[in-house]
Amino acid sequence: MGLVAKARVKSPWIVHYCCSSCNGCDIEILACLTPLYDVERFGVLNIGNPKHADLLVVTGPVNKRNVRVLENIYNQMPAPKLVMAVGACACTGGVFHNCYNILGGIDKVIPVNVYVPGCAARPEAIIDGVVLALDKLSKIK
Amino acid sequence: MSGFDWSVGLAALVLAPFVGGLLRGIDRKLTARMQGRIGPPIWQQFYDFFKLIGKARAATTKGSLVWIWGYLLLTMLTVFMLFAQQDLLIIFFILAFAGACLAFGAFSVRSPYSQIGAHREIMQMLSYEPILLLAVVAIFLQTGTFKVSGIFEYGQPLLFTLPLAFVAVLIALTIKLRKSPFDISASEHAHQELVRGVYTEYSGRFLALIELTHWYELVLILAFVALFWAQPLWVGVLLALAVYFLELIVDNVEARLQWNWMLSISWAAGVGLILLNIIMIEMFFGNVLRL
Repeated sequence: MGLVAKARVKSPWIVHYCCSSCNGCDIEILACLTPLYDVERFGVLNIGNPKHADLLVVTGPVNKRNVRVLENIYNQMPAPKLVMAVGACACTGGVFHNCYNILGGIDKVIPVNVYVPGCAARPEAIIDGVVLALDKLSKIK
Repeated sequence: MSGFDWSVGLAALVLAPFVGGLLRGIDRKLTARMQGRIGPPIWQQFYDFFKLIGKARAATTKGSLVWIWGYLLLTMLTVFMLFAQQDLLIIFFILAFAGACLAFGAFSVRSPYSQIGAHREIMQMLSYEPILLLAVVAIFLQTGTFKVSGIFEYGQPLLFTLPLAFVAVLIALTIKLRKSPFDISASEHAHQELVRGVYTEYSGRFLALIELTHWYELVLILAFVALFWAQPLWVGVLLALAVYFLELIVDNVEARLQWNWMLSISWAAGVGLILLNIIMIEMFFGNVLRL
């Protein structure tokens, strides 16, 4: 494993986008940053800027209004990039799945690498998902 | 400039990124500990650097890339000149232009975040430049030369006669190190109001270049602090590290201030303290006549 590939696994920067979530999963994602879980010990930073980020974390189902925002954020991220769908809604549409304005899970719009189920997904599950994403990052040449 | 000066300057150019990167890593670790977290390993900054090198190339405009190279190369030049014991006044003029390069790079993109960041960066320079230049003038009044080598030849530590100027330099350092309460141009954490201010539009290896420049800047600034106790130099190094630790504490206990607070604190307290110190030199120490 080269230096860059090793460094890639050690410093995943996250941009978090809340599609049309109920904020349950968003609060759990923020809980990962608190002293109790502290994901920064793995080099994870909540960077907030798609141009700096490696990992797009999406919560909530995609609707007709924010599909363009989600695509825009995804396109602004420089490769190599991964997408993580957090929560039942982001994975499949969840309880909103047959609403008139909902397109479904975010994999209807952008390619998703890691699915984290749960309603809301627990911080442990989210960290587990990040670890899985890092595993996939290490395989990117 | 002797051969020895050249070699010290070049050695500093090679070693500064390692020292600067490690100090930034210790900064992140200590900050995490102060917040009750475990924090990243101390070489985390190097991981970030190499990861950014490996990202795809993407640039908003070519113009901003020219400015960012200017920022890096001019800062490297100042590090070289300081360790080769050259003219302090010239060093800080070049450093000012390096800082301006960062702002111009952000101005050359039409993103509102980097535009506002660039405005704030200019405002920061307006705040700390008078302090740094007047501090150099105060050093000149003591040693009779602008050269760094003159400080080493001067008999006693500068801190004894320039205590107020030292405090003023600390205020400038907080701005220059981009720490709270004066981290207004590029908020330390990117999920805040400015996203990343001046850095918003840079990605991949260009962001890595900015990070590298910060490491050089950090070494330069701490070396300047160490000059206040240049005989023996190891006390100066300890002084610089203590100052860095103090900055970390201030960074963690302070909220971000508005630009008008920054300007009034740095100009009233900072410039005021230095002017008071220069008057003290004139009246009590009487070293000015030595020129």
